[in-house]
Amino acid sequence: MSEIAFPAPDRKILARRDEIIAGLRRVLPEGGVIEKLDERRAFETDALTAYRQVPLAVVLPRSTEEVSAVMAYLHAQGVPVTPRGAGTSLSGGAIPQEDSVVVCVAKMSRVLEVDFANRVARVEAGVTNLAISAAVAHEGFFYAPDPSSQLACSIGGNIGMNSGGAHCLKYGVTTNNLLGVRLVLVDGTIIDLGGAALDAPGYDLLALVCGAEGQLGIVTEATVRILRSAEGARPVLFGFPSSEAAGAAVAAIIGDGIIPVAMEFMDAPAIRICEDFAHAGYPLDVEAMLIIEVEGSEAEMEAELGKIIAIAERHGVTVIKESKSAMETALIWKGRKSAFGATGRVADYICMDGTVPTGQLPHVLRRTSEIVASHGLRVANVFHAGDGNMHPLILYNVNDPQEQRKAEEAGADILKLCVEAGGCLTGEHGVGIEKRDLMGCQFSKADLDQQMRVRQAFDPAWLLNPAKVFPLDARS
Amino acid sequence: MPGADLSSFDATTVPEASMTTHKPQNEAEAACVIADAAARRIPLSILGSGTKRALGRFTQTQDVLSSAALAGITLHEPAELVIAARAGTPLAEVERKLGEARQQLPFEPMDYRALLGTSGEPTIGGVAATNLSGPRRIKSGACRDSFLGARFVNGRGEVVKSGGRVMKNVTGLDLTRLMAGAFGTLGFLTEVTFKVVPSPETQATLVLEGLSDRRAVAALSAGLGSPFEVSGAAHLPAGIGAAGARTLLRLEGFESAVGYRTKALAEALRDFSAARVLDAQESEALWREVRDVTFLVSPRDTAIWRISVAPSKAPALIDTLGAELSARWFLDWGGGLIWLACGAEGDAGALPVHEAARLEEGHALLVRAPDAVRAAVDVFQPQPEPIMKLTRAVKQSLDPAAVLEPGRIYAGV
Repeated sequence: MSEIAFPAPDRKILARRDEIIAGLRRVLPEGGVIEKLDERRAFETDALTAYRQVPLAVVLPRSTEEVSAVMAYLHAQGVPVTPRGAGTSLSGGAIPQEDSVVVCVAKMSRVLEVDFANRVARVEAGVTNLAISAAVAHEGFFYAPDPSSQLACSIGGNIGMNSGGAHCLKYGVTTNNLLGVRLVLVDGTIIDLGGAALDAPGYDLLALVCGAEGQLGIVTEATVRILRSAEGARPVLFGFPSSEAAGAAVAAIIGDGIIPVAMEFMDAPAIRICEDFAHAGYPLDVEAMLIIEVEGSEAEMEAELGKIIAIAERHGVTVIKESKSAMETALIWKGRKSAFGATGRVADYICMDGTVPTGQLPHVLRRTSEIVASHGLRVANVFHAGDGNMHPLILYNVNDPQEQRKAEEAGADILKLCVEAGGCLTGEHGVGIEKRDLMGCQFSKADLDQQMRVRQAFDPAWLLNPAKVFPLDARS
Repeated sequence: MPGADLSSFDATTVPEASMTTHKPQNEAEAACVIADAAARRIPLSILGSGTKRALGRFTQTQDVLSSAALAGITLHEPAELVIAARAGTPLAEVERKLGEARQQLPFEPMDYRALLGTSGEPTIGGVAATNLSGPRRIKSGACRDSFLGARFVNGRGEVVKSGGRVMKNVTGLDLTRLMAGAFGTLGFLTEVTFKVVPSPETQATLVLEGLSDRRAVAALSAGLGSPFEVSGAAHLPAGIGAAGARTLLRLEGFESAVGYRTKALAEALRDFSAARVLDAQESEALWREVRDVTFLVSPRDTAIWRISVAPSKAPALIDTLGAELSARWFLDWGGGLIWLACGAEGDAGALPVHEAARLEEGHALLVRAPDAVRAAVDVFQPQPEPIMKLTRAVKQSLDPAAVLEPGRIYAGV
C-alpha cells in the first residue's frame, strides 16, 4: 500500500457497524443502503486507483430529504462521511475510509428545470456534466465547463472539485458558471445558497463550497448558467519543432489580444499516444502541437484564424491543419479528451495537475522532462496551454512498487516546481489525498490554519471527507 | 487622495478629534494594528479611500484602518492576463496601467462617487471588498470571478494568503472569493490579484425604443440568448435619461465582428422594434451612465435600492414596488439588476422591498439612505437563520474578537 496515510479508523465505529447499518436502513427506503462486502468494493476507490479503502457502508439517497436524514443520523452517531458523485476524481477525493459511510448522489440524476429566458438550469447533483449540455442543446445552448471525464463525471463532483476543462480559457471554470446550490450541512440542515439571480446577499459561501471537496456539506442540487453556443466553432492543429516555440506562440496570441475558446498543448509522446487511439490526423513529425479553437460566424473565424496563423508562422510553425467538417472536429477533440484513457492503454500513469504562469511554460516543461528522466521514467504532456494548467502524465508500471514510488516522487517534485514557478499544486483536479501532504509547499501554517478554521465553521467535528486536503499532521 | 476622502468620511461618522486613523505603511504594520485592536477589543473601520463608506449598515467606530498607504502595482504580465496591486492602489492607476497594454478589468467596476456623494480615488482593494461589478457582469462575470488571489490580515493579526496569480487554481478553500463582497469584515486586504482581458477594439449599442418593461426584458433575454455575445443589456424606461423608453444591447470586440453582429442582432430582434445603432463613442458614454446609475443620482434626497433577481421576475417585482413606493427605476443585467429610487422617509421602503425581493427569490441592498435609516433598517437582505448561523461562524473563524468592521453587513457579524 501507499505512502499516503489515512487517519487510523475509529475502532468504536467499526465495532458498531451492524447498529449503524440498521440505523441507516431506518431512515432510507429499501435498496438505499449497500452493506455487502463485494458491493461495497465498487466504492473503494475512484480514478486514483492506486489507493483503496473499503467503506463501512454506502448509501444511495434519491432526494435531498433522504440525504438530510442520513446526515442527521450519522452526525448524531459521530460517523465520518465520504461524499461521492460518479467517482471519477483523479486526486482521490472520493476514496472512502474504513470507518466512513459513502453518501453517493449518483441516483439523484434528474434535470429539474431548464429556463432559457433566464439562461439557467437547475439539476440534481448526480446529473452528469454532459447531460446538462444535452438537455439544453436543442435550443442551441450548452453548459461551459467541460472536464475530459464529462461523459461520466457528475455536476456534484464538479462542484466539489471546481472542475475545469479545455474551454475554460474563454468561459471559466465551475465556480464561474455556478449560481446556486442546495446544500445539506453535516447535521442534516438543508440550505439554499444563491439561485437564479447573478449574485447573492452576505458572504459568498457559494464560492467556499465550490472546490471545497465535500468538506463543507453535500451538494444535492445546483443552479448553473447555460450559454448560447457560438454560430460555429473550428479547431485547428498547429505543429511546432519544439515545445518552446509552441509555448512562445501561445503567449504571443494572448499578448495580441486574442482569446481563443481553447488552446491545448500536446508534446510528441502525447501526440503519438492519442493519434494511435483516435486517428484524428494529428501530425506525427512535430515535437509539439497546439489545438486552437476559434468560434463565431464563418467570417469571424476566418479573421481570427488569420491573425493566429500569422503569429504561429512567426514562431516557426511547420504544420497547420484546419478541421474541414464536423466529423474532423469531433475526432480532433476525441483525441484530446481521451488522452488519459489512451495513455492508460500503453502504460499505467499518474496525472499531475499543477498550474504555472504561462510565461514559465517552457522552463517548467524542460524541468519536468529532466525530473522524470532522473527517476528513470517517461512522461507525456497534454495540457491547457492558455491558462498554464499542466497535465504531465508520468508513465510507470503499477505492479512494480519501486516504480510507483519513483513516479510519486517525480510527481511531487513537479508540483513543487509548479509552486516555485509562481503557480499552484492543482488547477482543476483538486487536492484530495494525492496532493494533501504537499499543501505545506504552497501555503504557510497561518494560511492552512485559517482555511481549517473556516472549514470548522461548517464541520466542527471533522466528519465530512476528513482525510482530504489538509495534511494530517497540520491539524490541531 | 486619501486625506481629502477621509474628511468626507469624518463628517458622516464621529468627530475628527476623537478618531484615530491608522495608515500602515506595510502589511506587517497592518498586522500589528489589528493584533493590538484584537487584544484590546477595539473595533476598526476598514477602508481604502472611503468612497463607498456610505454603503452598508451604518456603523460607528473610534478607530479607522486605512489601506491608503499600501499602494503600488506589484505585477502586470500582459501575456499572462494578470495584474496584482497593493490594496490601496487607486483603481484609476490600475486601469491606466492596463490601458497601456490595451487591457482592462473584465467586470467593469462601477463608480459610486456620484451616487453616494463622495470624493477621493476609489482603490482596487475597495473594488474587491465590495465585489464591485458593472454591466459586463452578464458576459464576463462579477469582480469575484476575476479575483484570483489575495493577501490579507485576519482579525487575529495574522497575514494570510489565498489563491494565486493563475486562472486555474483549486488548491485549498477559496478564501479569495470569500473576501469579495465581505466589506472588510473578514480580513483587511493588503494585496489583490486579478485576471484581466484584452480591451475590445470597438463597441456599438443597439437601441430599441418604446418597449414596456416586460417586452424589454423579453428582448434583452432574446439578445442574451443569441450567439452574438451581448456584453451589456439594460432597459431605461420612459423618463430615465430621455423622454421615451430605450432598451440597450451592447456588442464589443474586433471591428469586423462588431459590425457583423450589430446587423445580425438587429435582425434577430426585429419583431420587438426597429433598432438604432450607437457608435463606439456614444455607446461608451451611455454605458458609463448605466454603470454609475447616473440617472438616479438626483434628486439627492431619494433612497436608492439595488435589487438582484432572475431577469424574468423583474417586471412583476417592479409592478408591485413601483406603484407602492412611487419609485423610479431602470434595469441592467438583462433585467436581473433593478436600480430603484424611492422616498427616503420612514424605512425607505425596506419592508416592502425586502419582502418583494424575497418572494421573487432575489435580494435587495439599500445603497443610499440617510445614516439614521441605515442604522435602523436591514440594509442587506435578511437571510434564513441556518445561513446566518454559518455567516456568524465564518466571521468568528476569521475575526474572533469582532474587530474588523463589525456590523457593516449584518448586526452581530
